[in-house]
Amino acid sequence: MVKITVDGKVFEVDPNNNLLQEILSQQEDLPYFCWHPAMGSVGSCRQCAIIEYANDEDQRGRQVMACMTSPREGGRYSIAAAAKFRAQAIESIMTKHPHDCPVCEEGGECHLQDMTVMSGHTYRRYDGKKVTHTNQYLGPFIGHEMNRCITCYRCVRYYKDYAGGKDFGPQASHNHTYFGRFQEGPLESEFSGNLVEVCPTGVFTDKVFSKHYSRKWDLQTAPSVCAACGVGCNITPGERYGTLRRVVNRFNHEVNGYFICDKGRFGTGYVNSDERIRVAMTRTTRDANPVLTDPAAAKAQLLSLKGKAIGIGSPRASLESNYALRELVGAENFYAGVSDVEFGLLNQVLDIYQNRPVNIANIKDIEDSDAVLILGEDLTNTAARLALAVRQSAKNLAKELAEQAKFPAWHDAAIRQLAMGRKSPVYILAGHATRLDDIAKKVHIASAQDSARIGFAVAHALDASAPAVSGLSEAEQALVDSIAADLKAAKRPLIISGTSSLEPALLNAAANIATALFDGDKKANLALTVPEANSLGLALLMQGSSNTLGKALSSGKKTAIVLENDLYRRAPSAQVDAFIESLDYLAVLDSLQHPTGEAANLVLPAATFAESSGTFVNYEGRAQYFYSVFKPVAPILASCKWLTEGKKTQEITAQIAALLPNGEVLNKLTPGPDFTVAGMRVPRQQHRYSGRTAMRAHINVHEPKQEQDEDGILAYSMEGVPALKDSTVFNTPWAPGWNSNQALFKFETAVGGPLKQATVGEHLIVANASSKSWYAADVQQVSGAGYRVVPLYHLFGSEELTARSEAIQAKATSAYVALNPADAEKLGLGVTDGVQVQHNGSVPVLLRDSILPGSVGISVGLKGLNFQNMSATVELNKANDWQTPKDWRSSNIIVSDKRDI
Amino acid sequence: MLKAIGKQLYVLWSQVVTLALVFTHLFKKKDTVEYPDVMPYMFPRWRGRIILTRDPDGEERCVACNLCAVACPVDCIALQKTEDENGRWYPEFFRINFSRCIMCGFCEEACPTHAIQLTPDFEMAEYVRQDMVWEKQHLLISGTGKYHDYNFYKIAGKAIGGKGKGEARNELPPVDRRSLLP
Ligand code: SF4
Ligand code: SF4
Ligand code: SF4
Ligand code: SF4
Ligand code: FES
Repeated sequence: MVKITVDGKVFEVDPNNNLLQEILSQQEDLPYFCWHPAMGSVGSCRQCAIIEYANDEDQRGRQVMACMTSPREGGRYSIAAAAKFRAQAIESIMTKHPHDCPVCEEGGECHLQDMTVMSGHTYRRYDGKKVTHTNQYLGPFIGHEMNRCITCYRCVRYYKDYAGGKDFGPQASHNHTYFGRFQEGPLESEFSGNLVEVCPTGVFTDKVFSKHYSRKWDLQTAPSVCAACGVGCNITPGERYGTLRRVVNRFNHEVNGYFICDKGRFGTGYVNSDERIRVAMTRTTRDANPVLTDPAAAKAQLLSLKGKAIGIGSPRASLESNYALRELVGAENFYAGVSDVEFGLLNQVLDIYQNRPVNIANIKDIEDSDAVLILGEDLTNTAARLALAVRQSAKNLAKELAEQAKFPAWHDAAIRQLAMGRKSPVYILAGHATRLDDIAKKVHIASAQDSARIGFAVAHALDASAPAVSGLSEAEQALVDSIAADLKAAKRPLIISGTSSLEPALLNAAANIATALFDGDKKANLALTVPEANSLGLALLMQGSSNTLGKALSSGKKTAIVLENDLYRRAPSAQVDAFIESLDYLAVLDSLQHPTGEAANLVLPAATFAESSGTFVNYEGRAQYFYSVFKPVAPILASCKWLTEGKKTQEITAQIAALLPNGEVLNKLTPGPDFTVAGMRVPRQQHRYSGRTAMRAHINVHEPKQEQDEDGILAYSMEGVPALKDSTVFNTPWAPGWNSNQALFKFETAVGGPLKQATVGEHLIVANASSKSWYAADVQQVSGAGYRVVPLYHLFGSEELTARSEAIQAKATSAYVALNPADAEKLGLGVTDGVQVQHNGSVPVLLRDSILPGSVGISVGLKGLNFQNMSATVELNKANDWQTPKDWRSSNIIVSDKRDI
Repeated sequence: MLKAIGKQLYVLWSQVVTLALVFTHLFKKKDTVEYPDVMPYMFPRWRGRIILTRDPDGEERCVACNLCAVACPVDCIALQKTEDENGRWYPEFFRINFSRCIMCGFCEEACPTHAIQLTPDFEMAEYVRQDMVWEKQHLLISGTGKYHDYNFYKIAGKAIGGKGKGEARNELPPVDRRSLLP
């Protein structure tokens, strides 16, 4: 820490950070554009100019860019003295800026607007002609309005340098500089949506949001958690006039930092979908038409099933809803709503976390690791946010080199020059090429079983007491040695695996490696991905129970309640058919229509994550509470409210807290239903929220009472104390003069550090094992006739709910199989032919070089194939009478090894 | 003592003068008008009934920027942005609840396009309060209102139907992004 003086104020600051960051950390206002807390400084915008004085006598000083300066002990600086320069700098930036604010999606949350006002440039003196640009079509997610660019280079630094995108960059020169794709077309990166938040102007805007645009101040928001995968990124969804309008990142330094993936950002359209279940319905028989039912009667009917029915839970429903169902039917009648294989894998993940000496890696741990081994995960498609973090970990070698050369870590461009492309080692063992291959030291394509064997061998190489494997080829042994050497040399090694390969041995191998790296003192990082938002929550609730879905389907009970689940996505169709056939009464609670619901005798409209509150447990075992953003339209209710009689959500949470080991942490997730600030609840609406007395006036000019939230804490209102005064429950960032998302730093304890909020989630799993134990190096090789199945996941389309959103559909495709060109030739298949998959449909074929001969990649969750009907190997045949499905869009499959013929 | 008496006399005199003055008004022209038989002259900048105007080309001026709505102290304006096939923003609906409006004129001041204007029409009473809720079709007139020339989209950089990039006022033609020439 060093002591500096800024305009007479004395601050203690960290000399390893740049001056801009430290001045902001002290909550002082200093304009900036090109610096970003996650991307360091390049000093290109000249906005953060300050005056540095040589000593106490110096009256003139010299001008420096704060973002390119290290604070020095005793340094004396002035922000005010450089005000004139900053006003001039922004004036010249603005000479070509279009007169667009009223029709700009950024308006009202525009960093450029804020900085222009802050710098004191209020009147345009330049009356020459303005430079203009044409726009590009960048796909269904991102709008482009190039005229608004201020050439800060943030977009390129994010898209190329941070997120590894290859199809985008700066073009032309001087005041003609252009930022876009080299060829017009959809942006390829799975993280393109962050451009919207990174670009300080309205060049890149959220196209999905723009279709039903609202200003930031008009959005009703609440702290929420992304429901689209197992990472649990924190998000702030916004609602207006009863529909969900957009999702933006909500900073959580341990889970998602400043960025989220495109599925989370653009995948919530299903909340407003026409396919929503919005009324309670009954059916006498399976094929009868549904009859509208009084919600109260429907609820009574549901609750009357108490004790008679079995309940099937859901990995995409909140902990509270699952628990409520468990209470209703009794723990012995509560079954896992996931496939039997997945249930086994989830239990195994828990076992590893709980009983092995490992550190469960959060996003910071991943970004900080200096050697990474990925075992059988296509991270970009199964846990996208982690892939972005792994990409950052590869840059740690550069940071280390910089440290040796005594370079400050924030000096982004210089560090990249210094590293000259050298990276920290990342090893990827997977069944096919992945989107992270470009940063990998070595990509090894192998079956999940062979990857597991290599994993076990690595563990053995690191610690001779770990079980060995025999029969590795020479190449495999060389790989093992190389991985082991790099992991051993690393200070912060990380192993990533997960459930997506459906191979238990892989998880065991990952656990063994992490265990082998434990030196009795420091635990190695381990991250095991799980498929859905609350997969681990469901697993924790069911730990010790052997109630698999398979048992439920063959339980012989005549009555069943299915919670937020389409069983056809969890078990083979024939089995589910037989189960439903055998039932006398089936009740389904869900938000969207699906085949299970269409066969139900009682259908209850359930709220989505945006309309309900509850807890999700992410891949780390971190419990996070999400607040409802808006009140669902009656009779839609949160599942946990259907299943209980007048209980507050937190009361159910408290019951779970009492049930689970270490569950008491759940009580820390919210400040409790009676929480108020100055006697008022935390407002969901901003103080500028408009239209309150007109938005419902066409229905009735007499305004109704504000919606009440019986769960307390947050209110559907604009009344309350601003977050700046109390951010225990932190909603949307806003501070005077800072209308854009850059206001965030006002709520961070220090830039990039934790928020001044009560919680970043709580770890439900206590990982305090401290002795080594090993899983046996048993690998069950797949045998059987036909092709070995490799699951292929798609960020856009594999997940059930987001796949029902229009924007995601535009980026998704229908089901397909991927084959090695040699195998395709053997089967006599051309690129336009279809393949008949055994026990399943006929689908198009994609030729991929990285699929091993003898294997077949099968898309998971896409329309046209049911992955649950697949066995470990399948027979393939050329389809007769083949017609390409209209949703087949191979151009949406972004892989490097695709053969386009 | 004398001074006090003098003051009283002055007060008395002043009252007599006042009475006389009032009396002379009997012979002057009336200021009061026989409303509603006679309509008074309303100054153009009187803040009465609100209208939405059109630009000189006859297109809707409102670009649905929401600034009027946020400026409104009683929150009685609600609207929703939408856009036409060429990217022109306009309001999908635009509603003013006149039973809440206090005729402050903030909306007009906030409007960057001169779309929303207050007019001298003050006859806004209704028997049923619900009838004071006006939608876009009631608010939108066919003329430009008080400001005749302003055409926002002719100045903004956003392309709309009939105006491409580089065709707004004071704009250079779009740059060639493949060229590095100065
Ligand atoms: S980028 Fe900002 S300043 Fe520029 S037009 Fe948009 S809102 Fe206005
Ligand atoms: S497009 Fe946005 S982020 Fe990129 S240089 Fe221009 S203003 Fe900066
Ligand atoms: S005149 Fe004032 S109260 Fe009436 S709509 Fe305009 S801003 Fe609102
Ligand atoms: S301020 Fe003007 S342009 Fe903007 S929404 Fe209101 S009337 Fe329309
Ligand atoms: S933020 Fe310092 S020069 Fe851009």
